[in-house]
Amino acid sequence: MPAKLQFGLDTFGDLAFQEDGTAMSADATLRQVVHEAQLADELGLQMFALGEHHRPEFAISSPEIVLGAIAMVTKQIKLGTAVTVLSSDDPVRVFERFSTLHGLSHGREEIMLGRGSFTESFPLYGYDLQNYDELFTEKIALWQKLLAGGKLNWSGKFTQKLTNTTVYPQLPKGETIATSLAVGGSPESIIRAVYYDIPVVIAIIGGEPTRFRPYVDLYHKAAQQLKKPEHPLGMHAHGIILDDEAEARSVGWQYIRAEMDRIGIDRGWAPMTRDRFEFEIDKGAYYVGTPEQVAQKLAKNMKALDMSRFDLVYGTGGQLIHQREATIRNYATKVVPRVRELIGGEA
Amino acid sequence: MADPVIGILGAGKLGSTLARIGVQAGLSIHIGSRHSVADLQWVIDTLAPGAVTMTAEAVVATSDIIILAIPLNRYRDLDPTAFAGKIVLDATNYWAEVDGTKNLISDFNTSSSEVIQAWLPEALVAKAFNHMGYHDLEIEVDRHPAVPRAMAYATDHESIKPQVEAVLARFGFTPFFIGPLRFGLLLEPGSPLFGAAIPESEFAAELAKIYTSPYGQKIIAARGDQIH
Repeated sequence: MPAKLQFGLDTFGDLAFQEDGTAMSADATLRQVVHEAQLADELGLQMFALGEHHRPEFAISSPEIVLGAIAMVTKQIKLGTAVTVLSSDDPVRVFERFSTLHGLSHGREEIMLGRGSFTESFPLYGYDLQNYDELFTEKIALWQKLLAGGKLNWSGKFTQKLTNTTVYPQLPKGETIATSLAVGGSPESIIRAVYYDIPVVIAIIGGEPTRFRPYVDLYHKAAQQLKKPEHPLGMHAHGIILDDEAEARSVGWQYIRAEMDRIGIDRGWAPMTRDRFEFEIDKGAYYVGTPEQVAQKLAKNMKALDMSRFDLVYGTGGQLIHQREATIRNYATKVVPRVRELIGGEA
Repeated sequence: MADPVIGILGAGKLGSTLARIGVQAGLSIHIGSRHSVADLQWVIDTLAPGAVTMTAEAVVATSDIIILAIPLNRYRDLDPTAFAGKIVLDATNYWAEVDGTKNLISDFNTSSSEVIQAWLPEALVAKAFNHMGYHDLEIEVDRHPAVPRAMAYATDHESIKPQVEAVLARFGFTPFFIGPLRFGLLLEPGSPLFGAAIPESEFAAELAKIYTSPYGQKIIAARGDQIH
């Protein structure tokens, strides 16, 4: 069983809604997210991670700036991305942003690399999605060189040539930027993470989580095959945790379903039926319900999948301020302690 | 009729999922990809235990029915002579994230499976397994054990329909014939039928109103008429 469990929150900065139902501006949503991170920190959650999107329904396109603001008003919580699309970014600039955050946060920063559900960053930054794999392979290699620090010599096909170059601010000696890799259902992504010796976080956003057991087995198997170390496994999933189950479901239907349908238009998914939505809550990937219901489900799935890290996506689709904050409070004060109790072992 | 040997080319999300479903249905599954047998075997043994890993060439040579679960843009890697006489189930789609933002392969006048059939002139191509998300092949099927989902297919070859239908049924679906290969356009990304994991009656109802959808309207605009 996992030695040490870690529980955190993810948000994409979905535009929130005021109590009267009017949408908040992106500006106001950004400030609300900082406030929520502060709350998460005070309540003892261990990770606060931000997605990067370039779409009307999300306020966060520059997560490191938001994390920089959060760093100043929090004490212990790790400050992450979920995810940073390294393939459509410049690894040197990514390094500079994160090493800056390293300084501001006393080393609480963490980067999660991946592609995410959306791909709009590719045309926006002038990259061809068709080169995704090549871009990723080249840029992750450069990323690992940057982390090693010191003078850099580098030449690549998609990246700049660097000769005896030092990138600043350098990390303090012996320190690094914690790096993980987000994966979906692609076997190759799992193997790639093992190959690069980077911890994996699996996005489980639909279906019974136990269906991902073969991918977990593949992770273990790949570590053996490639003779690489295993790292603690993580997963990320959507949830709403309210004291009233019916209310949680109704908020989920109003907001999570709406967001999935919006994404579905781009991704070629069929619109979500009520039946599928209820299935996702009862047996599937959504952690929607009372604290006890969510804790039972989460403990069961974490055990079944050897998970030691869980990131709850809160505020999906926007939601009213009190709903977002209730989920954070319930998660931190009721669900996390209960899951630790249910899983047992060293907390 | 003895069960056909099913070959799967491609071992990504879709290929590995179909291999797992096929093995569970008791079928002989041969699978290969662009990776070596040594690199692929332990992956398949983990994700779809029971499926036999071999080279892509051996998959084609030893299988009666071959499912294409490769990126569409790799179709020119397929050796047309090796496919002579084989039944091919084309599960590929033009998918911008994999195939590039500009579709240079297919359009509203030539569906992607017609491109495959033209490349493999002596193969008997059907479009199948393309309209359902790889996750829904298991999730939606397993949670409706009493009501199978419709799996639409299109082919120009009347003679292979019984075999295609038998395979789709063994994989757990209700076969749904929508016509010759050109009708496969109705199943491609952008269509309201793309992503459909619904029973036969609902599928028929969706199909009946396809030309009232924005996608159907685009087909009419491009072709000057509905597909006939």
